[in-house]
Amino acid sequence: MTALPDLGPLWLSLRLAGWATMILLVVGTPLAWWLAHTRSRAKPVVEALTALPLVLPPTVLGFYLLVVLSPQSPVGGLWRDVTGTTLTFSFSGLVVASVLYSLPFAVQPLQAGFESVGRAPLEAAALLRAGPLDRFFTVASPLALRAYLTATVLSFAHTIGEFGVVLMVGGNIPGRTQVISIAIYEHVETLNYAQAHTLSAILLVFSFVVLLAVYAANRRFPIHVGG
Amino acid sequence: MAGLSVDIALDYPGFALALSHDFPARGLTAVFGPSGCGKSTLLRVIAGLERGARGDVRFDGETWQGAGRPTPPHMRGVGYVFQDARLFAHLRVAGNLRYAARRARRAGARPDEAGIIAALELHDLLERRTTTLSGGQRQRVAIARALMGAPRLLLMDEPLAALDAGRKAAILPLIERLRDSAGIPIIHVSHDLSEVARLADHVVMMKDGRLVRAGPVAEVLADPDTASAVGVREMGALMPARVLRHHDDGLTELAVSGGRLLLPQIAAAPGTALRLRIPAHEVILSRARPEGLSALNILPGIVTGVHQGAGPGVIVKLRVGEDDLLARITRRSAEALALRPGTDLHAIVKSVSIAQADVSTAAV
Repeated sequence: MTALPDLGPLWLSLRLAGWATMILLVVGTPLAWWLAHTRSRAKPVVEALTALPLVLPPTVLGFYLLVVLSPQSPVGGLWRDVTGTTLTFSFSGLVVASVLYSLPFAVQPLQAGFESVGRAPLEAAALLRAGPLDRFFTVASPLALRAYLTATVLSFAHTIGEFGVVLMVGGNIPGRTQVISIAIYEHVETLNYAQAHTLSAILLVFSFVVLLAVYAANRRFPIHVGG
Repeated sequence: MAGLSVDIALDYPGFALALSHDFPARGLTAVFGPSGCGKSTLLRVIAGLERGARGDVRFDGETWQGAGRPTPPHMRGVGYVFQDARLFAHLRVAGNLRYAARRARRAGARPDEAGIIAALELHDLLERRTTTLSGGQRQRVAIARALMGAPRLLLMDEPLAALDAGRKAAILPLIERLRDSAGIPIIHVSHDLSEVARLADHVVMMKDGRLVRAGPVAEVLADPDTASAVGVREMGALMPARVLRHHDDGLTELAVSGGRLLLPQIAAAPGTALRLRIPAHEVILSRARPEGLSALNILPGIVTGVHQGAGPGVIVKLRVGEDDLLARITRRSAEALALRPGTDLHAIVKSVSIAQADVSTAAV
């Protein structure tokens, strides 16, 4: 094994996954809540849209995102006018793409979690004078804690592992959009197997340790979260 | 009128609820009827949990539902005890109680926390996880939690239905005490007539989503027209009684307005007021004062009504002292005895047939 590879892409991937996960929890919670409780006829439509990233080839999603985020489109144009930067081939663009790409990995566990909590404890809380937000934070969220843990881990891990969408939207700009999966790809393309080995091993061990920690925690602390 | 007044309608596929009633502002009102008659749905409408309900719900001068937006459940100040307890699984018993008490204090109320914990005998359970409690313990915690919310109206949806006889017997006195001391109106849904007879001051009888009869408990239970809702076999009048003395042979002598009764030993001190429920099919009628019978309990009475039902039976309503008594006999016997209002009779109450569960220790 030769010199340590440039770890920049690893940090970039972690930063990207961190941002995407945070945004997903904020955006995914109301969406999952709505899906879990609505009787609207639009529910299957929204569910199908949310699940699209599961079945679409990343290149298809990436292609459409490239079109929508480019400065020539209304969305990308608005972003450029407001911030002075472009969404394509930038870190911000990667965050937007990752949020969409990992959306089902946050929304689906949360929706299942809220559905399994059900209305019963919320009705009980309402009749103890708890308002809607109070009920959400003091009853629904703690009872759905395991779903939050699952959503967080899956969103984070899935974002770390993405490749196609990132390549389409962000390209391969070292220090800006070159995440770890792309760096590994490039090392392999340039026959730099030693560096590819090191980065791959880091990713493998990292992923395993995170998942192990989650499953172990899940086992030791089933649902109790305080007195 | 400071009580609860409802005039509501609610339609579900295959089920319609339409009911108008002014509930008394004091005491325990039992909502009684067969399963599926809409009792629980009525309670949910009162609490504001059924968004599809139309009509008016008013309480204590406030309009909870009427024209405009209904008051949301958390603003009504209603306490609710669910059949399945619905304790919060992520909190311990103490946490569940605190959850209610904290929000009650925020609303300006002062729940008597120590008093409620003592009344429902929860001291030893406070640090327990709710998932480790037995059914009876869960319901005690659920009742305490509802009281910690300092409700202005307490709704109880068959809190005892899922419990076995022993656990039920342990909780019934607690509800009786609550009825006599809480100072708020209680609406208690039940499909168990002995529970109603024991607990209720007033009864609202329902069938197929509609009100059949409402009024003071003794009046409603002695009304033969409620047979269709109660079931002929379940018919039985309430009779207030007082313990006189315990005899050496294991019998307890009771005073009722129309005479004396001897029942197998009742564990209550002389002077204690009781409620007896006397099933109509356990009463035999005789025109002459019977001699040479093994039955001990014979009360003189006057027929006030003879009610024909479907089938071979009739229900005879009697005035015994100041109370009503129902007897179910065959139509043939009624004709043979030439019963009509005003007929003097003797009612023979088969002493062993008065179930202990129906002997309440509450004051009437």
